[in-house]
Amino acid sequence: MLLVVLEHDRGAMDEAAREALTFGRKLAAQMGAPLHAALIGADDAELVSEAGAFGAEAVYTAVHDVLSDFGPEAWGEAAAEMIRQLNPGAVLAGGSERGNEIMAQVAARLDLPMVANCLEVDLNGGAGEWAITRQQWGGSLLEDARLVSERPLLTSGLHTLAAEQAEAAVEAVAQAVEVDLDPSLARTVVKDRVVLEAGVTLSTAPVVIGGGRGVGSPEAFAPLEELAAMLGGRVGCSRAVTNNGWRPHSDQVGQTGTRITPEIYIASGISGAIQHWVGAKASKRILAINIDPEANMVVKADWAVIADLHEVIPAITEEIRRRRA
Amino acid sequence: MRILCCVKRVPAPGAKINVTDDGLAVDASHLGFATSPHEECGVEEAVQITERHGGEVTVLTLGPPEAADQLRYAASVGAHHGVLVATDGSAWDPQRTAVALTDAIRGLEAADGPFDLLVFGNESADSGGFQVGVRVAYALGRPIVNGIKGIEVDTEAGGGVVRARREIDGGFEVYEMPMPAAVGVKEGINLPRYPTMRGRLASKKLEIAEQGSDAEPGGQSLVRLHRPRETVTETVILGNSPEAAPAVVDVLEELGVV
Repeated sequence: MLLVVLEHDRGAMDEAAREALTFGRKLAAQMGAPLHAALIGADDAELVSEAGAFGAEAVYTAVHDVLSDFGPEAWGEAAAEMIRQLNPGAVLAGGSERGNEIMAQVAARLDLPMVANCLEVDLNGGAGEWAITRQQWGGSLLEDARLVSERPLLTSGLHTLAAEQAEAAVEAVAQAVEVDLDPSLARTVVKDRVVLEAGVTLSTAPVVIGGGRGVGSPEAFAPLEELAAMLGGRVGCSRAVTNNGWRPHSDQVGQTGTRITPEIYIASGISGAIQHWVGAKASKRILAINIDPEANMVVKADWAVIADLHEVIPAITEEIRRRRA
Repeated sequence: MRILCCVKRVPAPGAKINVTDDGLAVDASHLGFATSPHEECGVEEAVQITERHGGEVTVLTLGPPEAADQLRYAASVGAHHGVLVATDGSAWDPQRTAVALTDAIRGLEAADGPFDLLVFGNESADSGGFQVGVRVAYALGRPIVNGIKGIEVDTEAGGGVVRARREIDGGFEVYEMPMPAAVGVKEGINLPRYPTMRGRLASKKLEIAEQGSDAEPGGQSLVRLHRPRETVTETVILGNSPEAAPAVVDVLEELGVV
């Protein structure tokens, strides 16, 4: 059995979990093994049925007092306990922040190797030896790795494949697993949550207006804000901008910031260093505004305007206003 | 407060990352090296905590002898002690790295007493295994939460607690761990300071405790690094002036985002 540990937030399945189910389905087929899933801290029928739509034949659920909200140690121990009981041939989670954290907790507890952010996994003749291609540098570099393990613990590279339901949905069977968890694991369970903004966020916005060093100052982001508001989008920025203290780090798009996935990313005054590209590349389309036609961002964009962003952005806003009038 | 920070020496990336001929390392000849960004912020955070609460910061790294540069850099921005677990410069897998760091921390704690807080980077900028801090914390029996972008230490509350903030979509989560504890921090938790002249001078005098490790290789090994296939994008130039605005809005309308 290939077991996918499903990431969810208070019962809402994470896109990374859908991606892991999609990747897991291919891997299970290669292993000639069924695809099963583990659901921690929930036994929600909707989640079970969604896992079925992705091809999971069985969904094991673990419910316990210390699993009432996310906690890396409690979730890790619950997953480790399910693995001890179920003996899967391989275990996979999504390559999100939580997915990688849970798998690291599992790996520490089971004292097994863990390979993060995998793109391809090959049985390589079996016998406990696996050939893996994984991401380094947020995907700017790939590593071919050899894994020797009786039970591979893997995560799938975030947003490296699109989540796709199975051709034939399966009626997933839910099965409760008793997990005996020490109450002390509650020491790392989420204690409180603070919501700073409702509505679209940088990682979910359909439109992101990005600004880089070329914007020039914190005040000069105002026209970008105006355009973003008009399109129901969000403003993002490069590392140079946050390092200059022009924008909060939570606005940073990049390897050490947010990975965005908008319908269109309008990158203005951004050269497109590797660190930034890692966070921008999952955008469906990219439009670059830059005075340098050779800039990396321009070369990689679907569309480009080679001109000063300080003139182009207000002109776009004006044009939209004119057409809406 | 006794705080330990683990840092990693990584190539400083430019516009492109090249690989050495044998495919086993990043060609850093034109790049130079730096402290992995999350960990640079980790050092800054640790220094700030000791500035508020008193105490000392020890920085630990595993890497080639040249990784002493990263320890000296940490000292130049306020860290007090540096420890190097020297390797031959080859890439150590996450399990082996974690065992070596755990052994080193046990040794330091046996000599000078326990650390109240262990600070790791969420993941290294280069190999990005997303696990070393968690493995070390587990081996030492310390609670750990990753993705931390805010730390508040409360030495008054029952034996001392660490309140940590983790960014989530549109807000943050709050965790509260009893000390001794561990955190995996992310860039953005602070804006690291630059070294002062005095700091630079102090860093030259830093005595670096160097040790080896007999940790055995784990199950994952590097075969070869390579660059991903580049997809060539035909960029359509919509214009060379603000007069391109209508063409831009046409594109936005076509995508249905206006």
